[in-house]
Amino acid sequence: MADYEIPKLNPELDVPEIPALEPDKMAGLKPFVAAPAHQEPLGFPGELVDNWQQVAIDKMGELLGKYRSLQVYLDSCVKCGACTDKCHYFLGTNDPKNMPVARQDLLRSVYRRHFTFAGKYFPKLVGARDLTEEVLDEWYSYFHQCSQCRRCSVYCPYGIDTAEISMAAREIMDAVGKGQKYCNEILGKVLKIGNNLGLPEPALVDTLEGLEEDIKMDTGVDVRLPVDVKGAEVLLITPSADFFAEPHIDGLIGYAKVFHQAGISWTLSSYASEAGNFGMFIGSYDTMRKAALRIRQAALELGVKRIVVGECGHAWRVAYSFWNTLTGVGAGADDPFGQMLQKQLDPRYPQPQHICELTSDLIDRGALKLDKSANDHRVVTFHDSCNVARATRMGDRPGGQFEIPRKVIQSVCANYVDMAPDTIRQNTFCCGGGGGLLTDDLMEIRVKGAMPRMQALDQVMNENGVNTMASICAICKSQFSKVLPYYDKPMHMIASVHQLVSDSIILGAKE
Amino acid sequence: MSLLTVVFALLFYVATLILIGGLAYRIRLYAKTPAPLKIPTMPAPTTKSGVVVRMASEVVLFNSLFKSNKWIWIFGWMFHFALLLVVLRHLRYFIEPVWTWVVLIQPFGIYAGFFMVLGLLGLWARRLFVERIRYISGPSDHLILALLVAIGVSGLMIKFVFPTDIVAVKAFFLGLMRFDLQPLPTDPMLLVHLLLVAVLMIIFPISKLLHAPGIFFSPTRNQVDDSRERRHLAPWAAKLEQGND
Ligand code: SF4
Ligand code: SF4
Repeated sequence: MADYEIPKLNPELDVPEIPALEPDKMAGLKPFVAAPAHQEPLGFPGELVDNWQQVAIDKMGELLGKYRSLQVYLDSCVKCGACTDKCHYFLGTNDPKNMPVARQDLLRSVYRRHFTFAGKYFPKLVGARDLTEEVLDEWYSYFHQCSQCRRCSVYCPYGIDTAEISMAAREIMDAVGKGQKYCNEILGKVLKIGNNLGLPEPALVDTLEGLEEDIKMDTGVDVRLPVDVKGAEVLLITPSADFFAEPHIDGLIGYAKVFHQAGISWTLSSYASEAGNFGMFIGSYDTMRKAALRIRQAALELGVKRIVVGECGHAWRVAYSFWNTLTGVGAGADDPFGQMLQKQLDPRYPQPQHICELTSDLIDRGALKLDKSANDHRVVTFHDSCNVARATRMGDRPGGQFEIPRKVIQSVCANYVDMAPDTIRQNTFCCGGGGGLLTDDLMEIRVKGAMPRMQALDQVMNENGVNTMASICAICKSQFSKVLPYYDKPMHMIASVHQLVSDSIILGAKE
Repeated sequence: MSLLTVVFALLFYVATLILIGGLAYRIRLYAKTPAPLKIPTMPAPTTKSGVVVRMASEVVLFNSLFKSNKWIWIFGWMFHFALLLVVLRHLRYFIEPVWTWVVLIQPFGIYAGFFMVLGLLGLWARRLFVERIRYISGPSDHLILALLVAIGVSGLMIKFVFPTDIVAVKAFFLGLMRFDLQPLPTDPMLLVHLLLVAVLMIIFPISKLLHAPGIFFSPTRNQVDDSRERRHLAPWAAKLEQGND
């Protein structure tokens, strides 16, 4: 089914063995380059500009002045090697340039050449390189083989986060006119229409009506999926994949049932019908901000009191960590821009709130009637999505992002098992498709990068009879649906957490 | 005053200037470069005092490195803490009268010299023999290790094989600090040792040794996890807001 080798799983080991190096094995794998039609709406040059070297160096200088992370991380790496075996893409491809430090060095070598004393006068000594076409090519390959999952940053003694370096590299490539088609095309859609699919309002309304009918047929209950309802209490921002993809859609039905059962008035917005924000993937603060501002505007127009975010990993990162900064969705602003929205939002709830936090609170308050036996045919494990785990929180305590989804799952399923400790929670392995890699032109790296997760999954399937892997990320769900079959596993074993909730919730039986 | 004394005096003045000036420049650069987004590696502390504890456990115990790789941790920690003891031990050449605690740690400082070299050799062995670490090592990575080993070994040699007149050495350094030059002994091993230390001081602010101040400025380690509770806005990002509220 593929013209490359699918990595073998070794059920004896929790974490895959460190492979022998195969230099440049993946050098040839590059995503499609963005066409002018994808570049220009975002304000990037349509194609490689003539003086691209100079533009790239200038851009690098600009970013060094804007991001402390970039400046400190490019200076601080001591090449200790602690991160070398931590990246799933290295473990799955054996290509040393997929080791986090080597990936950083692709950019660092040019940084040193142009911005440091040692690199200017003793380039050979410190591995400094001029920015040539070959270097740009390498950047294009390997900075699109990083899912910005931050696993390396956990293990680095200085917290060097290769995701920050990848984002900067992608921003530089966009600035010289060599963007990635997948991300930039999607960003064009979200900025123009409001979601990554380019699904216009009538189609969205249609889809949701269809879903309402499905739920009615299934349960006999009128569960609504409202759009653009002014004065609703909650605005739900969810990844647009929830509107059409499997198993995402079952999760969406789950959220609707939770709102219905708890009696919370809620709405979607056709103007801001996307939680995913690919602006982060391409490292562009500006684009990320523009996409996020649609949500602010929708919240202001609809007059909602709460903003809740559906199951989506990178989206929850942007929402939890960046929305307050970008749009004022949050609390504690002392400026008019932030206060304008924050005065409207209900301070008794965290803003934004994750759907798992909301469901978990309702479960604690006994507001949902749940029948675990509906999921008795399942033995469930939970895949911690990389960006939820290492870039966000849920609840009041550090680590709530691990406990709360597990608690929700265990409230609706009797059979739950964790995968090996080195592969979950803070140490989780990325699904292999995050960070703007969820595109068919990168299938090879997606399949190979999934290997560490597949191996840990394989263990609990064999030892504990696990038949369901639950996830709270649209990208993880799509990626696993596609990749599981490569490892001879059933694609339907990937489930939304709120799909499990949906199956167990007893509608209408509220005490 | 011999030429040698003058040359070494000048060398140490220049090295000190470069070390202090270079570090100050770098630290200022890090401090004034904004961190526009909240990016702590989670789970992260939700309070400032929590961040102090996290940072202390990184700086003192190399917590993340411990999670990551026990061999690098053992050698790395051994080297750094031995180095710390050795440096503290050397304080006695720069203060008069010598503080009691500096007197008390003298014997430990001597053993630390051996552990320092041992730790360095361990790290170097990994760099040479572990394929993936060899792959990421450049010439400067080997040279810095060589420099540090040479400093350690030459120091131990002075202590155990080729003793020098340490009273005179102390007088030289006290003299440097008071701008009153005193003759430096001419034992070759001492001169090698001092020369290498000066080289280390000079390359410090222009090399990866910047990890020392760098860690304190690392946003993934020094940020508080409070993005929902507080609006965090960099000055350049705030400018984008003008005109659209
Ligand atoms: S763990 Fe950090 S310091 Fe060590 S090689 Fe990797 S990025 Fe560099
Ligand atoms: S962020 Fe993740 S994908 Fe990127 S280098 Fe680090 S471990 Fe690999």
